[in-house]
Amino acid sequence: MLKLLNPIMRLVEIPFLLVQKRLGIGMTAWLFLAPNLALFSLFTFLPIILNFSYATTGGEAILLRDRPDVGFQNFGNLLECENVLDPSSCRNDLFWRAVWNTVWFVVFQVGIMVIAALATAIVLNRKIRARGLFRGVFFFPVLLSPVVVALIWKWILQRNGLLNAGLESLGFETINWLIERHWAFFWSTFISIWAHMGFYTLILLAGLQAIPQDVYEAALMDRASPWRCFRRITLPLLSPTLLVVLVLALIKGVQTFDEIYAFTGGGPGSATTLIMQFIYETGFGVQPRLLGVAAAAAIMLAMVLIFLTALQFWINRKKVDG
Amino acid sequence: MKYTRLIGAFMLSAAFTAPAAAQEIRFMCNDEPFCKVLDDLFTGFEAENPGVDVVTDIVSYDVVLKNLPVQLAAGEGPDMARVTDLGGLNEYYIDLAPYVDRGYWEDSFGDTLDWYRVGADDDGIYGMHGDFTITGAYINKTLFDQAGVEIPSADADWDTWAQAATAVAEATGIEAAMAMDRSGHRIAGPAISYGARIFDENGEPILVDDAFQEYVQKFVDWNNDGVMLRDVWAGAGGGSYRDAGAEFINGTLAYLFSGSWQTLNFDQKIGDLFDWQVVGSPCGAGGCSGMPGGSGIVGFKHTKHPELVAKLIDYLAQQDVYAELTSRTRSVPAHYGVAAAGVDYQDVSAPAAAALNAWGAQVEKLSPIAFAYQGYKNNRAMFNITVQRVTQAVVGEYSVDEAMERARDDLATVLAETAK
Amino acid sequence: MARIVAFLTRTRAGKGRMDWTDWVTYGYLLFGIVLMFGPVAWLLLSSFKTGAELERFPPRLLPVAQDTLVVESYDEPLPLFKMIAGDQEGRTLAQIRRVGLIAQMVDPAEPETRLKVNVADREPIERIAFAWNNYTDLFERLNFPLYLWNSTAITLTATAIMLVINSMAAFALSKYKFRGKLTVLALVIGTLMVPGTVLLVPTFLLVSQFGMVNTLWGVIIPGAATPTGVFLLRQYMITIPDEILDAARMDSASEWKIFWRIIIPLSAPAIAVLAILAIMWRWNDFLWPLIVLSENDKFTLQLALNSFQGEFLTDWEKLLPATVLTLLPVAIVFMFLQKYIATGIASTGGK
Repeated sequence: MLKLLNPIMRLVEIPFLLVQKRLGIGMTAWLFLAPNLALFSLFTFLPIILNFSYATTGGEAILLRDRPDVGFQNFGNLLECENVLDPSSCRNDLFWRAVWNTVWFVVFQVGIMVIAALATAIVLNRKIRARGLFRGVFFFPVLLSPVVVALIWKWILQRNGLLNAGLESLGFETINWLIERHWAFFWSTFISIWAHMGFYTLILLAGLQAIPQDVYEAALMDRASPWRCFRRITLPLLSPTLLVVLVLALIKGVQTFDEIYAFTGGGPGSATTLIMQFIYETGFGVQPRLLGVAAAAAIMLAMVLIFLTALQFWINRKKVDG
Repeated sequence: MKYTRLIGAFMLSAAFTAPAAAQEIRFMCNDEPFCKVLDDLFTGFEAENPGVDVVTDIVSYDVVLKNLPVQLAAGEGPDMARVTDLGGLNEYYIDLAPYVDRGYWEDSFGDTLDWYRVGADDDGIYGMHGDFTITGAYINKTLFDQAGVEIPSADADWDTWAQAATAVAEATGIEAAMAMDRSGHRIAGPAISYGARIFDENGEPILVDDAFQEYVQKFVDWNNDGVMLRDVWAGAGGGSYRDAGAEFINGTLAYLFSGSWQTLNFDQKIGDLFDWQVVGSPCGAGGCSGMPGGSGIVGFKHTKHPELVAKLIDYLAQQDVYAELTSRTRSVPAHYGVAAAGVDYQDVSAPAAAALNAWGAQVEKLSPIAFAYQGYKNNRAMFNITVQRVTQAVVGEYSVDEAMERARDDLATVLAETAK
Repeated sequence: MARIVAFLTRTRAGKGRMDWTDWVTYGYLLFGIVLMFGPVAWLLLSSFKTGAELERFPPRLLPVAQDTLVVESYDEPLPLFKMIAGDQEGRTLAQIRRVGLIAQMVDPAEPETRLKVNVADREPIERIAFAWNNYTDLFERLNFPLYLWNSTAITLTATAIMLVINSMAAFALSKYKFRGKLTVLALVIGTLMVPGTVLLVPTFLLVSQFGMVNTLWGVIIPGAATPTGVFLLRQYMITIPDEILDAARMDSASEWKIFWRIIIPLSAPAIAVLAILAIMWRWNDFLWPLIVLSENDKFTLQLALNSFQGEFLTDWEKLLPATVLTLLPVAIVFMFLQKYIATGIASTGGK
């Protein structure tokens, strides 16, 4: 199969040889970057720049040339608040509700997911039968599309669903899971963990497998308890992997959208409306399309994420240096 | 070699290159059964106009609502479409007036033509209203009979209906007495019946007034007392649509406030499980009005064949073609001629025929405010504000007063933004 | 018996019987299987149920359908009931029509006599039956092979393009020193923070400028240069020792050859992971294709299954089989690539 590609490869090699001979090895790096960079600039970076233009213009026109300049009014309006802890006191209360929902969602989702993923990784790292199968079992939900995840669980949790049937047969009151705000929030967090845990489990599993076995054997000789082994050996040696997992989980957690939108629609009321849903609905989902407000919110979201990521790397670097 | 051939074929595959038929008209349509009938009617037009190929693209409602406007703004999109945001997309419509018989159109469609226009001084003909819908209520007659509760009279108000439905629910042990679709369009009719004006004296939108708030207060209370099925409104956030059609079909609701479009669905799904009946809109100080609505067929300016598109829409608007459309889609006609002649719904069951007739009788009860609201270009924004804020009052994030105050602010923001 | 227990409880390390930690481990794994697969299995079972059965509470595990029988002088098959009380007790009757609490029934043996019975006096005759027509109806409504082809074409082409250009970029960013490298790297990582959903409108306007609306390329090209892919591959390629490259350069291999002959084979596990992720992303992609493709003959499977979502109805009877159909190909790919997914992700993420 690869041999078939040989003539193509020889053809592709020609520009690289030319650049390498005429302009030096350094310039070939740019040639390697070129195709990716071209598409990246056009379809990712340029839209981000355009997003800045949207953020500083108002009205509901879609084309930039039809949109009047409003300066930083969109940002100002979003941030106008008497007390940021109380969304009801803010000019755009829905934005702040979404912000706080997202904060709580990320705290629980990332926190519980990383712990559960770590526990699962440790279990899978033991000498067990059919390890490959079990690894697959935990990874499987990662492959499902967000809409499918939402539907699967909606079907189980609906008023006449499987869970309520189970509760009733055990003699409990049935609960309208997605109508009670706290339960809706709980299940939103739960399905998000359910869907993504497998990915992080595998990353952590790899980190665990990289820890040399003889360290544990030495600890076993000293009759160290399993808990002590975990605290003193596993955790410190795993911390670089844990950092990757935390950074990725945090970024993806803040950006959660489709699965919750399809699951609860952000309800009841605004109990599970996350920041991405706010951006989507404001700019795209419902009328009037306030693209400017959505773009401003998106930019603030990205800045917060960049700050959080930088913070995590900085903390890690300090740890490593110290 | 085999692989390269395969890759070559793959690259050339029709899917990757836009086909360019000489006179192809792309029609974007939502709601499969309705679109299939239209597509079938197009064949008549294709026969009259050789070389013309009308392609119907069936898409989800979200595409028409959210994506189509963006496509149109970018100069993309289909040549014609079936839309529900009638006034909002006006800037992209072809004015059919130069191509059609104005007299015939005005005689046949009258008021609904206004819904596609932007202002009072606009006399363009932009779209053909394909089906006329009207909001109102259905009841599960069998449950009323079982409970021995008398069905309230045609001029009963919401309180009377709520009492009767609650009595039925208590006697029969069903989940909830009533439900209303989660939609700003649905709740508008009852609010208008309670005296809400929606617009001020100058015709500027105000949305919330005392009467509107009075109805919202009742509605919120019913949700919290268990009279209304809480799942529908509390079960979602933002502007998402939810309905309680499934609950009604299951026989777990005595009363459902929805609209005429459910007729065919109920007829098919309920079958003879129970008897159901259309009871229209309860009355109040402002009358017994539902909201009119429906979708229309429009052509877009960017098409390469404006004349052909106009001709096609005009073809559909002819009385015989329109009558066939109405009859086969089991809809209420927006064409006066067809309505006057009476529609012969083919192979429709007795309950469905009764329901369609009952809906027809509701049309005359529609308030002028309801017509004005349906024709107002920013009405979708106002529907969304209503849904969002009333839901917050239902789930207790705000009191009704606060929620309505927010709704007023939202409307002010919308008006300021759309004025830009 | 004892030997079986001994066999089952023998641990792999062979150090003897299972201790409590093993029990906890297997308990946890069993719980994991139920939690991870259970919901999907329930979806699968439910997708074979008839509309009436779906509405039933409490639900039954297996799909059940009522027996029907074609009775003389009635066009449609009639549902069968067994009478358990009343005058007709013990007889098997077919229902013609039900009005509220009274049903009109007929004995299949004497189709002329209509009987009126109370609905409480009868129970339906049922058996386990899979409602395959939930699926066949879908196939009839949809041009399934076309949508499958579109989805596959998009997924494969996009994945191939993405793998090639992402690995080239990752190579440049991991193995060269050049001015501007940090800037490019910062841009790539920075854009990880901006989810594509917020860029829908500007990206669509650009794609429209290139005339790619309603073409499969409009779906393939914009997503090809993912920052995630570049980032993932770069993190892996960094760990390949520079000495190997230097040795190759001594043998005067061109930079392209180094990339193609050395870097790519050495990065195979990471590339396999990205391939799987890319296939999954593209297959499940929804919001973006929804706006780019609005003509039916360009639809992907996801769009086609969504297209009958109307303005007013949620219909579990159609939704459930549609959901199963979208996840089926993913499940099949998963079964075949399961080994690579596990080992591959494991070896990239950990670095």
